[in-house]
Amino acid sequence: MAETGTAPEISARSREADAPRDSLIARFGADRPLKLDAGVDLAPFQIAYKTYGTLNAARTNAVLICHALTGDQHVASENPVTRKPGWWETMVGSGRPIDTERYFVICPNVVGACMGTTGPASTNPQTGKPWGLEFPVITIRDMVRAQAMLLDELGIDSLFAVAGGSMGGMQVLQWAASFPKRVFAALPIACSTRHSAQNIAFHEVGRQAVMADPEWRQGRYLTEGGTPARGLAVARMGAHITYLSDAALHRKFGRKFQDRDKVTFSFDADFEVESYLRHQGSTFVDRFDANCYLYLTRAMDYFDLAADYDGVVANAYKGADTRFCVISFTSDWLFPTSDSRAIVHALNAGGARVSFAEIVTDKGHDAFLLDEPELFAIVRGFLDGAGKARGLPPGRT
Amino acid sequence: MLSRLKRDLTMAEAARTPGGARVDLLLIAEMVAPGARVLDVGCGDGELLRLLGENRGVDGRGIELSREGVNECVAKGLAVIQGDADTDLADYPNDAFDYVILSQTLQATRRPRVVLEHMLRIGRHAVVSFPNFGHWKIRLQVALGGHMPLTDNLPYAWWETPNIHFCSIKDFRQLCIAAGAHMEKAVALNAWGSPLRFNAPWWFWNLFGEQAVFLLSRRG
Repeated sequence: MAETGTAPEISARSREADAPRDSLIARFGADRPLKLDAGVDLAPFQIAYKTYGTLNAARTNAVLICHALTGDQHVASENPVTRKPGWWETMVGSGRPIDTERYFVICPNVVGACMGTTGPASTNPQTGKPWGLEFPVITIRDMVRAQAMLLDELGIDSLFAVAGGSMGGMQVLQWAASFPKRVFAALPIACSTRHSAQNIAFHEVGRQAVMADPEWRQGRYLTEGGTPARGLAVARMGAHITYLSDAALHRKFGRKFQDRDKVTFSFDADFEVESYLRHQGSTFVDRFDANCYLYLTRAMDYFDLAADYDGVVANAYKGADTRFCVISFTSDWLFPTSDSRAIVHALNAGGARVSFAEIVTDKGHDAFLLDEPELFAIVRGFLDGAGKARGLPPGRT
Repeated sequence: MLSRLKRDLTMAEAARTPGGARVDLLLIAEMVAPGARVLDVGCGDGELLRLLGENRGVDGRGIELSREGVNECVAKGLAVIQGDADTDLADYPNDAFDYVILSQTLQATRRPRVVLEHMLRIGRHAVVSFPNFGHWKIRLQVALGGHMPLTDNLPYAWWETPNIHFCSIKDFRQLCIAAGAHMEKAVALNAWGSPLRFNAPWWFWNLFGEQAVFLLSRRG
C-alpha cells in the first residue's frame, strides 16, 4: 500500500476498505468491468460479502440481503469494526425468520461503501491513493448490477428471495425489475420506488454538513490527513432524527435532563436527547467514511424506478412471476405507508402476486431493524409460503 | 369494520362442518373451478383463501380492510394486501382473475353496485354471499317489534353497525339485473347453514334463507 502518512484511524479505515476483516472477497479484473450508469466502467473492483448457511444441491435456497445506507455485509455476525452484533441478527440467523438453517444467506457490501467493496475510500489502483471524489457517482442499479456479477461468480442463477429495508428495499425493487427471472420472492421493506423531494432535501443537508467541514478538504482528507468528523457527525445527527418519530423520541427522552436537574443557561447538552444525538454522531464517525456518505446518499436520491420504464412503475413488473411482500410502518415518515401502497398498486396493475402489510409501531423508519414481532411473523409466513411454492423442504416450526 | 363482521361470522358456532370450516365458505369453494385465479375481497383472516388453496389448488389473492386481518393472512403465507373494496378495486386491470369473491361484505360497502361492476370487470365470475334481509325473523322484528333487527349474524345496534346497505335476496337479484350480471347459480342457507331445497321458489328462499350465495358472470 502507498505511504500516506495519515492519522492511524484513517489508515485503519482505508485498510478496511481494501482488505476487510472477517469477510469473503470476490475480485473482478479489468476483463470484467462494472458498467456504471454514469457511463464509465469500474475495473478492477471487488465485492466484500458474508454468507451464512449452506447452499442446497439444487441451488434454490439462496437469499440475498441488501443493506441500508450505513449498513454492511455483517448482517448476522459480529461486526469486526464496531464489535457489535450483526445489524439484522433479529431477522437473520439460526431459527430466525430468515433462517440460516434453511436458507443460504448472502450479504454483500454495496458498491460505493467503505467496508471492503470498492468505493471512494478504497485505493485507486491507477494512483495508489484513495479514490476520494475521483470515484464515479454510483446508482442503486449499479449496486444491483454488481450483486448480480457476484451471484454469477458464486454460480447462483436464481435467488429464492431478496430482502432489505430502506436503501436495501430500493435494491430489492431494482432486483425484481432488472432481473425478474432471477428473483423468486422479493421483500422490499420501508422503502419507495423513488426518493421524495423531502428525502433528497434531508440528504442534501447532510452532505452540506460534511462539505462545510474544513477537514473535508474537497474530499482529499484520506490523502492529506485529517477527517471531517464534525461535519459527518452533524450529518448523522440530522439523519438519525428522520429514522425515529416524534412519539419515539418523546417516549425515550421527553424533556429529561442529562446528568443535571435544571438547565445550565449554556449550550452544553442539557437534554438527554442532545447527548444521545451527539453520541450517535461521534460513534458513526468511527465506523463510516465521509465521502462514502456523500456517494450513497446520492445513489438513493437518484433512485426513480419509473424513470427507466416510461414513467410507469407498473411497466417495470409487467408479467413478473416474482412474489412480493411489501411492508411499511405506521410511524415511518421517511418512507411513509403511502409510498409502499404506491408500490402495491403498481404491482397489482402488473398482475404480480403481492402481499402488503403495515405494521403499527411508534419506532419510525428504524422499526425495520428493531424487535417487531409482527414483522418477524409476516416475513416468516411469507417465506414459508414461498418456500412451499419453490419446493424447499419445510423449516422447523 | 368489515372484518369485525366477518370475524363475528367466523366465530359463530353454528354452520360448521366437523372439519371446522364454515358451510358458506365450503359452498363458495365448491363454486370455484380448481386451479383458478381468485381474488377474495374482504378476506378477513384468510380462512376462505386457505380453504381454496388447500382444497381446490387455487392461486388466491386477498384484499382486507383491517390491519390485523391482513397481517394474520400474510403470516399464513397468503397473498393479501390491505385495502378497501370501495376504493381499491379500481386499481385492478380487466380480466385479472377467474373469480372475484365478496363474502359477507357487500352490505358494508358504500357503493354496492360499483363494487359488483368492478368485480365483474376484474373477474370472469363473481361470487357474492350476503345475509338475507328478507328472512322472516328480520321481517318480524321490523314489522311487529318496530325496531331494527338484531340476530346472531347481525348483532349490531343500528348506531354502530358497519352494515349500511342491507338487501334481501329479491333486492340482490334486482342489483344483478341493473349491473348486467348473469346469475349462473344461487344457493340460500337456513339458520343452521344448510342449503335450502334447490327447487324452492324465490319467495321461499327470500323468506327462509338466512344467507345467500350467488355465482355471477358478465352478461354477453
